[in-house]
Amino acid sequence: MSEDIKKFLYVNRKAPYGTIFAQEALEVVLIGAAFDQDVSLAFLDDGVFQLTKGQDTKEVGLKNFSPTFNALGDYEVTKFYVEQESLDERGLTLDDLQDVQYEDEDDDYNEKPSIIVVSRSQMADVMADQDVVLSF
Amino acid sequence: MKFGIVVSAGPYTYEASDSAFNFIKAAIAKGHEVSRVFFYHDGVNVATRLSIPPQDDRQIQQQWTDLAKEHDLDLVVCIAAAQRRGMLDKNEADRQGKDADNIAEGFRISGLGQLIEMSIQADRTITFGD
Amino acid sequence: MATLHTVNKSPFQNQSLISCLGHAKAGDSILMIEDGVYGAMSGSAMSEVVAGMGANVKLFVLGADVAARGIDAGRVAEGITSVDYEEFVDMAASCDRVQNWL
Repeated sequence: MSEDIKKFLYVNRKAPYGTIFAQEALEVVLIGAAFDQDVSLAFLDDGVFQLTKGQDTKEVGLKNFSPTFNALGDYEVTKFYVEQESLDERGLTLDDLQDVQYEDEDDDYNEKPSIIVVSRSQMADVMADQDVVLSF
Repeated sequence: MKFGIVVSAGPYTYEASDSAFNFIKAAIAKGHEVSRVFFYHDGVNVATRLSIPPQDDRQIQQQWTDLAKEHDLDLVVCIAAAQRRGMLDKNEADRQGKDADNIAEGFRISGLGQLIEMSIQADRTITFGD
Repeated sequence: MATLHTVNKSPFQNQSLISCLGHAKAGDSILMIEDGVYGAMSGSAMSEVVAGMGANVKLFVLGADVAARGIDAGRVAEGITSVDYEEFVDMAASCDRVQNWL
């Protein structure tokens, strides 16, 4: 019995560590990956801070969950839409973000970037294209 | 229409659970189905059996228990979020060697998969949170 | 294909309403609920921004939350329609998806 695949967008608009939303959102993405839907992640507003590299949580004592983003490729979660305007407003560039990659099994397992930088207007189009939008 | 509802902020501290409750009552009144209510983040705290709210204020947990009974609602508390916050049913408490459990009647603890399944099966998913 | 957006935070304290307005597509609906209803008041520092950015969308406010906050119905800005919970349900049913700006 076949069911239609739904487009799921996980919207991340909050910074990591100050609240648990970023981490618990990622836990939903991980579990959700097992359901074979068409999954995308959106990072806008303070959500872009979740992807910065070099997160060192030792002294604050919180769990550094940022390596999990790179594990998502193995679960076929490979579309990370990051908003350009949100980066610009925060003085960030792609260089400040970790290099999230996935192995493209349709292209000889070549490593490709999961991060897709989009304009605000393109992000709006991504959002309008979804069946389910989960916000945290 | 089949609605799936997420409650992701804690009771009393946030209006989210009240907004969700009111929305669900209205949806049912209009003849729609509410297929599941999924409690995540601090929303799991709605399910505590141990709250003693002031008498002149709404009794949040009791309202949900009553509504669930009246309309056969499926109230699901996320196990991962619940464990973090010390919300346990009897099974979990026994399994984890804890000396108490605190989930109210009408709520059941289950995995995050229930949220995804809810959203796959429902026509609309609405989140009430922080 | 239209989206119903909800916003639950005051725009004087939180970016969510502005972000929502910046991402909504023409023809979408935006419903202000909970503390989000403060974004619907006329004569505030946000009123013109909301009207301007919201020119191509339909703006709504949840009457129950307006009343709770002692905002007189007459202070809801022109162009913003007050709805009740049943109309909220209708809107959620008639749009294609719901997006909640928290």
